Amino acid sequence: MTEDVRNSVYEADRLIAEDIDAYLEQHQHKSLLRFITCGSVDDGKSTLIGRLLYDSKLIFEDQLAELEADSKRVGTQGQDSDLALLVDGLVAEREQGITIDVAYRFFATEKRKFIVADTPGHEQYTRNMVTGASTADVAVILVDARKGVLTQTRRHSYLAQLMGVRHIVLAVNKMDLVGYNRAIFDAIVAEYTEFAESIDLTDVTAIPISALAGDNVAARSDNTPWYEGLALIPVLESVQVGDAFDHGAAFRMPVQWVNRPSHDFRGFAGLIASGSVGVGDPVRILPSGRTSTVARIVTFDGDLDRGLAGQSVTITLTEEEDCSRGDVIAAADDSPAVSDGFEVMLVWMAEEPMLPGRPYWLKIGTQTVTATIQSPKYQVDVNTMEQQPAKTLSLNAIGVANLSTDRSIVFEPYRKDPALGGFVLMDKLTNTTVAAGMLHFALRRAENVHWQAIEVSRDAHAQQKNQRPKVVWFTGLSGSGKSTIANLVEKRLHALGKHCFLLDGDNIRHGLNKDLGFTDADRVENIRRVGEVAKLLTDAGLIAIAAFISPFEAERIMLRDMMEPGEFVEIHVDTTLAEAERRDVKGLYAKARAGKLPNFTGVDSPYEPPANPDLRIDTIATTPEDAAATIVDLILQDR
Amino acid sequence: MGEDGTIEHPSSTLTHLQRLEAESIHIMREVVAECENPVMLYSVGKDSSVLLHLARKAFHPSPPPFPLLHVDTTWKFQDMYELRDRAAAQAGMELLVHHNPEAKARGINPFDHGSLHTDMWKTEGLKQAMDKYQFDAAFGGARRDEEKSRAKERIFSFRTATHRWDPKNQRPELWNLYNANKAKGESIRVFPISNWTELDLWQYIQLEGIDIVPLYFAAPRPTVERDGQLLMVDDERFRFLPEEEPVTRSIRFRTLGCYPLTGAIESEAATLSEVIQEMLLTTTSERQGRVIDHDAGAGSMEKKKQEGYF
Repeated sequence: MTEDVRNSVYEADRLIAEDIDAYLEQHQHKSLLRFITCGSVDDGKSTLIGRLLYDSKLIFEDQLAELEADSKRVGTQGQDSDLALLVDGLVAEREQGITIDVAYRFFATEKRKFIVADTPGHEQYTRNMVTGASTADVAVILVDARKGVLTQTRRHSYLAQLMGVRHIVLAVNKMDLVGYNRAIFDAIVAEYTEFAESIDLTDVTAIPISALAGDNVAARSDNTPWYEGLALIPVLESVQVGDAFDHGAAFRMPVQWVNRPSHDFRGFAGLIASGSVGVGDPVRILPSGRTSTVARIVTFDGDLDRGLAGQSVTITLTEEEDCSRGDVIAAADDSPAVSDGFEVMLVWMAEEPMLPGRPYWLKIGTQTVTATIQSPKYQVDVNTMEQQPAKTLSLNAIGVANLSTDRSIVFEPYRKDPALGGFVLMDKLTNTTVAAGMLHFALRRAENVHWQAIEVSRDAHAQQKNQRPKVVWFTGLSGSGKSTIANLVEKRLHALGKHCFLLDGDNIRHGLNKDLGFTDADRVENIRRVGEVAKLLTDAGLIAIAAFISPFEAERIMLRDMMEPGEFVEIHVDTTLAEAERRDVKGLYAKARAGKLPNFTGVDSPYEPPANPDLRIDTIATTPEDAAATIVDLILQDR
Repeated sequence: MGEDGTIEHPSSTLTHLQRLEAESIHIMREVVAECENPVMLYSVGKDSSVLLHLARKAFHPSPPPFPLLHVDTTWKFQDMYELRDRAAAQAGMELLVHHNPEAKARGINPFDHGSLHTDMWKTEGLKQAMDKYQFDAAFGGARRDEEKSRAKERIFSFRTATHRWDPKNQRPELWNLYNANKAKGESIRVFPISNWTELDLWQYIQLEGIDIVPLYFAAPRPTVERDGQLLMVDDERFRFLPEEEPVTRSIRFRTLGCYPLTGAIESEAATLSEVIQEMLLTTTSERQGRVIDHDAGAGSMEKKKQEGYF
C-alpha cells in the first residue's frame, strides 16, 4: 500500500535516476509552505508526520531499522512500526509516549517544500502551539474520528485564529477505526464548521484520513469513495501562500544593522517585511519621519532594481540620513504609525506570572524598548473563549491589556502586518522570554495616562533599576586598600549602568556618626548605624558599598543577619600589619605607635579576620584594578 | 539559475532556497547587532562552507565582522586544512585555530583513545576556546533534519557558563524575533541553517558555486576496510593492523571529520549532480558515516549535546 502510494504520487525516484538535472531544476523552483499540526495526545499527530516523511521518502534504511527496534521496545503498535517514534525526539518523551516541545520537520513533494511545526496537544503547553503557529501558513487540526470535536480541538482552532493562521485543514483521523463511515465524518465536519464560523475561521478544508494506514494522505483512498475532495498533500500543495507584496502591501523594512565598510558607504541591512522597493523610490525613515530616496539595493550578487518582501538586502539612500538599528524604512506615502501606548493581546509563557507595572524588555521588529503592562482588562478561557476578569496572567494564560513603552515605536496592527505587530516580552533579570504579544491598536493619549496605583515595593524599586540590591562590605586593617578598591568597584558598577552608592568611614564619621569615638562600644554603634543606612539603600533597590575597618566578627555577623538572605557580600581586604604599617598613607600607624592614637586597630586594639568571607583579596598579590574586577563579577553573577 | 550562477528572482514568489537564504542572513545580522563578541565555528565541512558563504552575503560589502574558529584535532584530512586556509583568506576573515593543549600533551589520538579523542579534542577543545576568547555567540552549521534531538533545538540555543544545554529550558522563538539577552558568562550557539535540509544545501552549493572539500567527490584513493567501514589512508600516521594493506578504491565521503574516524562510501559520483543523485537514491542517512551517534544507543546525541558537544 505504502509503496504503491509512493510511486503513484511521487515520480521523483524515476526522475532522479534518469535525469537528475531535470529533477534539480524542478526542485529549485519549489515554493515553501510552513504548517503546524495540532491535536490532542492520542489523535495520531506524530504518526501523521511520520507518515508524511515516510511517504515522501525522507526515512532512510538505518532510520527504519532504528524505528523497528524502538517500536518493539517502546512502540504502541505491537510488532508493527510505530511511525510516531520517527518524530518524538527527546529521550524522556519517547518513554512517556508524548511530544512535549515544538519540533520542526521537513519534507518535499514535487511542487513544494514543507516545514512542519509539530506542536503538543495538552493544555499546559499552549505556549508551544503559539510558537509553532507564529510562522505557519496553514494549521492541520487533527480530530480522532471516534471522539469527534473535543475541547482541545476548539482550543487549537482558537489559538490558530489568534495567531492569524488563515487556512485550516481539519484532518478527521483514524477513519479506519470507524469503518470509513461517512455519516461520522459528516457529523464531525458539521459541528466543527459551526464552531469555526463563530470564531471567524472561514477557510476550512475537511479531509477523512488514516495516518496509520495512509488513507487520503498522499492520494485519494479507495476506502472513502464518497469523499470527493483532495487528499492532504495535494491540499497542502495548492494552498495559496500569501506573500505580503502580492496583496499590494506597502514597503516596510526594519533596519537590523548599519553596514559601514568605509566612509563612502553607508548601507542599511534588513529583511524586507512587506511590499517591494525600487531604486529611486521615495522612502520615509521612522520614527523620525524624515524622507529620502533609495539610491541602491545592494546584495553580494550585485545590485537589484527591486527588492521584494522576504529578501534580505542592504539599502543605501541618496541623502546622508540618520538611520540606525530599530528604525523602519517604509514607503514615503504609506508609512506605519508611531506610538508609545497600545492595547495588546498577550500569551504568557513563563512560570513566573505577569507583574503589572514591572518593566520588561519588548522586542518588535528590530526595536527593543522597555515596556510596562497594566492589569489585564480580561483573560480568555481558551476552552470556552469566554472573557474572564483577571489581575495578572500566569503560564499559558491569554489576555488583553494596555501596555506602554518608554519611547515611541514603529508599529502596525498585528492583523495587518505580523512583522510590525507581533512582539515578545523578556524579563530584565532572568533574560527569559516571558510572553508573546500582538498589537491591537494604539491608545489615544488620554487613555494612556490613567495608571492604576501600583504599590511601590522593595522589589519594584530593584526591578526598575534592573538589578538585585546588595551590601558589599569591605573589612580590613587601616591602610589595607579598602577605600581604593571600593572606589574602583563603584566606578565599574556605575559604568555598567548599575545604581550604587559608596559609604565609607570618612564621609560617615564627618556627619551621621560625628558623635562617636573609637571605644569598642562606639565602634559597634558606628557599624550598626552604617548597617541601617546600607539596609535602607537596599530597600531603595541600590547596591550599597561600605568600606569600614569593622574589626569584630560579631558585628559583621550582625550585619549579615540584618540584610535579606544573599544580599550581604563580605570582602576581606587582607594585608599583613607590617605591610599596612609600611604603607601608612595617612601617617596613622606612626601616630598610634607614638601613643597619640589610642584604640588603634592592629596596634592596641584587635582585628578579628573573617572566618568565612565571600571573598578574600590578597592586596600584595593582586592589583586594586584586578580586585575590583573580581568583586564586580561576584556581585553581578549572583542574579 | 542566472548566467552568473546566482539565484534569479523571476516571479513574484520567492523559491524555498531564496527564502532559506534570506532567513539565514537575517539571523546572522541579528547576532552581530545584539551580541558583543560573536565567532563562526568552522569545521570545513560542506555545512561550514555554506555558512561562510551566507556570512559573506549577509555583510557584503563588509567582510563578516567576526573571526572563524576551527577547533582542530590535528587528525583532519589534508584537503580540509587546505580549503580552510584558502576560504578564510578569500573571505578576508581572521582564522583562529584551537588545539586542546592537554590532548596534545597526552598524545590523544583516534587510534588509541576512541571516543575520548572526540571528547578531548572537540568537546573540551571547544569549551576551552570559548573561554579563552570570551565569545558570547558562536555560529554553527547544525540542521534540524540531521538528528531527532536537533529537530527541537532553537535557532538561538543557550549554553550555561559551564557550556551545558538544557533541552527542557529553551526559550520560545516566535516569528523571526530572537532573544539574545544573556547573563555574564553565558553564551549562545546560533544555527542559521537550522531549517535547511541536506538536499537544500547541496543544491545551494551547486547554484552558488561554493568551494567544498574535494573529498565529497569520488576519486581513486588509498583505503583500508575495517569493521565494515572504509577508512582512507590520508597520511603516514595511519596505523595498519597486521596483514592490512592500502587498497585503491573509488570513494567519496558524505561527512568529513577526523580521517581515521570517518567512513567513506564506494562511489563513482565525481560531479555535484552525481553526488546529489547518489544522495537522493541512497538508503542510509547522512550521519551514519560517523561513529559518534551509535556508541551509546538511544539518545546518544542528545546526551552529548547536554555535555557541550556542539
